[in-house]
Amino acid sequence: MSGFRLYLLQRITAMIMAPLVILHLGVMIFAIQGGLDSAEILSRTQGSFFWGTSYGLFVLAVSIHAAIGIRVVLFEWASFRGVLLNIISWLVFVVLITMGARAVYAVVA
Amino acid sequence: MQESTDILEVGVWRGDVTGGQLVSYQVPRQSSQTILDVVTWIQRELDPGLSYRFSCRVGMCGSCAMMVNGIPRWTCRTHVQKVVQDNRLTIEPMRNMPVIKDLVSNMDEFFAKWKLAEGQFHGRKTRYDPIEPLLPDSPRRLAASAAIECINCGICYASCDVVSWNPAYLGPAALNRAWSLVNDERDIGQQSRLNAIAADAGCHNCHSHANCATYCPNELNPTASIAGLKRLAARAAFAGKI
Repeated sequence: MSGFRLYLLQRITAMIMAPLVILHLGVMIFAIQGGLDSAEILSRTQGSFFWGTSYGLFVLAVSIHAAIGIRVVLFEWASFRGVLLNIISWLVFVVLITMGARAVYAVVA
Repeated sequence: MQESTDILEVGVWRGDVTGGQLVSYQVPRQSSQTILDVVTWIQRELDPGLSYRFSCRVGMCGSCAMMVNGIPRWTCRTHVQKVVQDNRLTIEPMRNMPVIKDLVSNMDEFFAKWKLAEGQFHGRKTRYDPIEPLLPDSPRRLAASAAIECINCGICYASCDVVSWNPAYLGPAALNRAWSLVNDERDIGQQSRLNAIAADAGCHNCHSHANCATYCPNELNPTASIAGLKRLAARAAFAGKI
């Protein structure tokens, strides 16, 4: 993928992340007003298509966004180039999406 | 002026492509003295072998740009009084450019990038056609006017951190030039310019640090021009043009 398309993809994923972060923080602040424990939270998220989709999309967007960002940092500050740069970028993506997917699964499934 | 401030301690970078170091000179301080005056005094009075560039001495040509205390400046328009620190000055060749000798930097790549960014005008008319009317207050003409007063001095390029990290990056001057031509209604080379500014060395590399806008002596804002190119290229990508 060209540098410009990676740049675009990073902006698009940022635009996806921004409202989801606001939703996450807003619901969190709203939900804990009356006191809430993890069992109560899980009872609402488990089996929820909405929360599964929201957090699933968030995790996907974060993984793409961060992998491209770290790719640029490695390119500019560590002079990584070529195949090595691509391999590390993909590794960052895979690690993040794996950790994120496990977290979403734990909360929703 | 007190005696302790009568002599400037000036570190001037001396060397060539193989390397070099700062050499100290003591220069008498004078009123209304510019950095170019200091460099000229050193060459005339202390070391005729010192190489540097200048031409107009009044901020028109841009050829006397150097790093002064780590910041790129037109030396002819920079008063010693404005930048001196503890009576000391450091004068070095422009950052992000290879050095030729002493304070003379090699600007070949800087100018080559103007061509790479399609900085040349592609007209559709010949000298025999009537002159095309352009409204001076049309939005595109105003956008072009905001970017057009660049004199190619290289200050923005020397100040750009992205160029220092990614030497292939076209840089603020070339992209600012491309932006002025993007807004030129007479230009028919827009597709090739789009391809150039969205290539791997193109506008998306800019992190909007705005060093270029901070240090441009002509008070241009290449960061804003590059932001315009990013929007243009993004729209073109979604339209399938690049």
